Amino acid sequence: MRFMMIVKATEDSEAGVLPSAEQLDAMMRYNMELARAGVLLAADGLHPSSGAIRISYPEPGGKPKITDGPFTEAKELIAGYTLIEVKTREEAIEWAKRMPDPHGFGAGQIELRQIFEPTELTQDPEAQAKQYEMREHIQRQNP
Amino acid sequence: MSAADTHRTIEAIWRIESSKIIAYLTRMVRDIGLAEDLAQDALIAALERWPNDGIPDNPGGWLMTAAKRKALDLLRRNKVRDRKYELLGREMDARMDSEMEVPETGEVNDDLLRLIFMTCHPVLSPEARVALTLRLLGGLTTAEIARAYLVPEPTIAQRIVRAKRTLSATRVAFEIPQGTELKPRLASVLEVIYLMFNEGYAASSGSQWIRPLLCQEALRIGRVLAEIAPTEAEVHGLVALMEFQSSRFKSRVNAQGEPVLLMDQNRALWDYLLIRRGFAALERIEQLGGMTGPYAIQAAISACHAGAPSAAETDWIRISALYEALAQVSPSPIVELNRAVALSMAFGPEIGLEIVDILRSEPALKGYHLLPSVRGDMLFKLGRLDEAGAEFKLAASLTDNQRERALLLDRAAESLRAAP
Repeated sequence: MRFMMIVKATEDSEAGVLPSAEQLDAMMRYNMELARAGVLLAADGLHPSSGAIRISYPEPGGKPKITDGPFTEAKELIAGYTLIEVKTREEAIEWAKRMPDPHGFGAGQIELRQIFEPTELTQDPEAQAKQYEMREHIQRQNP
Repeated sequence: MSAADTHRTIEAIWRIESSKIIAYLTRMVRDIGLAEDLAQDALIAALERWPNDGIPDNPGGWLMTAAKRKALDLLRRNKVRDRKYELLGREMDARMDSEMEVPETGEVNDDLLRLIFMTCHPVLSPEARVALTLRLLGGLTTAEIARAYLVPEPTIAQRIVRAKRTLSATRVAFEIPQGTELKPRLASVLEVIYLMFNEGYAASSGSQWIRPLLCQEALRIGRVLAEIAPTEAEVHGLVALMEFQSSRFKSRVNAQGEPVLLMDQNRALWDYLLIRRGFAALERIEQLGGMTGPYAIQAAISACHAGAPSAAETDWIRISALYEALAQVSPSPIVELNRAVALSMAFGPEIGLEIVDILRSEPALKGYHLLPSVRGDMLFKLGRLDEAGAEFKLAASLTDNQRERALLLDRAAESLRAAP
């Protein structure tokens, strides 16, 4: 299952203050740890919302409305995300707990959200019988 | 936190930490079975203490320290009996001065690499290698492995016990193979991972869409290997290949659970995050001097499909060239058949048919329905309709898959109807 660890924005990140060398170093080490565990899918940081654009639909069926940033309420904005693929929800929590405080000064906040995925493993015997039937067929089609 | 929550959290921590602990202990006690037992003892200690004491701040360090202590106790107990253990014990006494020391990243990487070379050692049967790797590198329980393979749990348990015994009995060293030994040993590791992946890939199906544990675990172990052996191009080749193949999970079977051919798949359903990762892995191969190994070449073929916006825009000329390269490094009749299809798509059916006609005398493809099926298609395109009809009929008689048989019989009827 996949999870997104969302790093919330702070006043600093919104002001375009870059992380300190120590913070960058800690984050780098953390990402290396995720990669070495084979769970890291992607990780990116975002520009402040001053360069952002918001598209909304105030009228049902109407044209989209374009609003330029910056947007207020830093805690409702996001500053970056890390996508991981893990076996259980608890594993995702455990990894999220190990992320260094992304902003320092006690201002950091990380939100963990599960990504929608098609239904998980089935135990349906009929489906399993079908899998067996297909097995050889598909193996020969690869790559 | 309830007891059940704590238990699940401990399981999650175990999954993250166990392979590192087992690798470290194997180096310490020189026996993989003993190392796993000791690591399990540490896990049991955590299961006993953490529900009451709370989960420590550094749970990985706690487990590692507990495991080391247990190993040290054992070495001390065996002191009198065995001189080798006595020396190890003394060495460890010195090392245990700083109890919570975290091993260096490089050291952990090397230990993990040694462990995977051990669990994939050619002295073991392929099934045993897969089971042991899932257990020790994947941190999966015997029950989980058994469920993934749809076999009874004792079968897997026995397989693992025997594998560990064989490794001890044959005194397989805990080391990274050097020199000329490295290439074949690495090939064995990659084979185990790909075997695991294919087992899961072949078992996944449509409407009840399955994300089999085996695929996910193979891909994860592959990604780990790419980090701990970053200079091996073939490791990245295998990872790229698995990323590309995984990107098509959702589109490769229809709602009825029937397989959908690559050319007919809905490309909007492909996972472009995994495709991007596949291309990134190929890039690492380029940086290492280019693709020459069979996994890298297969990944490059897969990339041609992944990068084509539609089936019609597939670069068949490049795919033909890549199959040619694959046939050089890893020749097989199946590769030849694929090369013939690619050439036919790139340059027309006459050229493909020349190769397919040669393959008809190939004993390994005798009774393989895709050979007459491919030949029928080429003959059909050339307007040799009677012959095409006969080939489709033959192909239909060779497949066990009902739906495929029906499709082939349809094509046979279509050819014969159109024939003059």
